[in-house]
Amino acid sequence: MTEALNTLIDIFSLSFMVRAFVTGALISLCAALLGVNLVLKRYSMIGDGLSHVGFGALAAAAAMNAAPLKVAIPVVIITAILLLRLSESGVIKGDSAIAVVSSCALAFGVLVVSLTSTGVNLNSYMFGSIYAVSEDEMILSIVLTVSVVLLYAVFYNKMFAVTFDENFARATGMHAEVYNMISACLTAVTVVLGMRLVGSLLISSLIVFPPLIAIRLCSTYRKTVIVSAVSGVMCVSAGIIISFLIDAPASACIVLTSLAVYAAACIIKKLKGQVCRHRNG
Amino acid sequence: MLIECRDVCLAYENHIVVKGLSFTVDSGDYLCVIGENGSGKTTLMRALLGLKDVSGGSIEFRDGLKMHEIGYMPQQNGAQRNFPASVREIVLSGMTGRSGFGLFYSKHDKEEAVKCMERLGIYPLRDRSYRELSGGQQQRVLLARAACAAGRLLLLDEPASGLDELASEELYGLISEMNRKQGVAVIMVTHDVNRALRDATHILHLHKDETFFGDKESYAQCSVCSHHVHAGGCREEKCD
Ligand SMILES: Nc1ncnc2c1ncn2[C@@H]1O[C@H](COP(=O)(O)OP(=O)(O)OP(=O)(O)O)[C@@H](O)[C@H]1O
Ligand SMILES: [Mg+2]
Repeated sequence: MTEALNTLIDIFSLSFMVRAFVTGALISLCAALLGVNLVLKRYSMIGDGLSHVGFGALAAAAAMNAAPLKVAIPVVIITAILLLRLSESGVIKGDSAIAVVSSCALAFGVLVVSLTSTGVNLNSYMFGSIYAVSEDEMILSIVLTVSVVLLYAVFYNKMFAVTFDENFARATGMHAEVYNMISACLTAVTVVLGMRLVGSLLISSLIVFPPLIAIRLCSTYRKTVIVSAVSGVMCVSAGIIISFLIDAPASACIVLTSLAVYAAACIIKKLKGQVCRHRNG
Repeated sequence: MLIECRDVCLAYENHIVVKGLSFTVDSGDYLCVIGENGSGKTTLMRALLGLKDVSGGSIEFRDGLKMHEIGYMPQQNGAQRNFPASVREIVLSGMTGRSGFGLFYSKHDKEEAVKCMERLGIYPLRDRSYRELSGGQQQRVLLARAACAAGRLLLLDEPASGLDELASEELYGLISEMNRKQGVAVIMVTHDVNRALRDATHILHLHKDETFFGDKESYAQCSVCSHHVHAGGCREEKCD
């Protein structure tokens, strides 16, 4: 017991570990909250698509010697808004639009990297480098978290109405497009920051796993949102600790921890169902 | 008068669905929209709600009718069948449009939602999860939500599809009760022509070339349409 405690104290005495932890917890909270609505509206792939666009933007930024976040965040926000517009107007179905945009952006990024041969380590953007999180990124993630939590706390009822049935929300005089736009922008920022954490290849797991776990277990929307947020933060924290202990890449540990929790949720659900059936005879 | 449609034309890209459609809805009216599959009933409802732009003519709200005074029950599409939400949460969401920029439900909103649930007999289900309900119960929930939102006008798109006879009878009963007791105007899409003729005050029959609009007495006498009633909606060519 004391040994475990000592290890934890060791971990938190390292400043890069503290930054990794704080940023990881905050970003996973945002991703888990925004993810609930994305998963329920069947836009799960948007995180994946946006992260590939983010990769392309970072490659371009490296080639131009520009600050990576200053390029990537606006580009990804614009993409998110365009994808939203595109699927709202029904020109292309949402998921195929995402697939087209994401593969093109990835191809563009790869091309830029191979043609310019900058010394920048894009590998870290592919698979994340949570221990190299900078002060700026930590501050940005705090600002982001405050915005996302405010969105859910203040506009909770509207977010529910828009997610459950957007047509109804519009038809009864709600400005669904405003809420969609705000969540698209926040999702874009979350994805760009999340790429630093787990990399562009794995960011969608932060968005998709916690809501899936919550949807399995919960019967009301309120519980779903809360459980998703809690499980998101827990999976990322556990993943980081495990990765530190066994000296493995954090991104892989986070994703596999999430998978384990999801599997546990499925089993719990099954067992619960059996208990109920037993009780009802 | 609540709604006035003049010479409305509805189209997808270049494919015209409805054209030259004119009708009015007064407060207290019960308008049934009938017509075969693909005749544009859902499209018309979406246009009335402002979810689809008209390609010609005009749809106007009269008498100070506001968007948030309209309740809407969409045609079942199965998209939300697995949504994790409680019955109470869904019914309450009918109030969000009305509360404008208000962010939280007021006490009055909550009481109103309870009344709607009681009226539709789903109050005992209020804490159950929507996805664990039967199809008919889910439809009642959506109707309760629409009723919450409906200050003056209720739009229903095949509310009883997929229900057994008893359940649809009950649902139609609830709708016409709302119409008579609370004076809410109803526009309902249905395939059940006989039922439509029993409850409705007006009929709108959409058909490729000729649409009919009038009160139900004149509909029953209309030679073009009357055989739909007697022959249970068979196709025109065969009946002549
Ligand atoms: N999103 C769309 N894009 C293009 N065409 C459409 C679209 N939705 C409907 N249509 C076409 O418009 C016509 C009318 O469709 P609509 O859904 O309004 O019919 P409906 O009367 O509600 O039929 P049903 O009784 O089956 O519900 C159909 O021919 C359909 O193919
Ligand atoms: Mg229809």
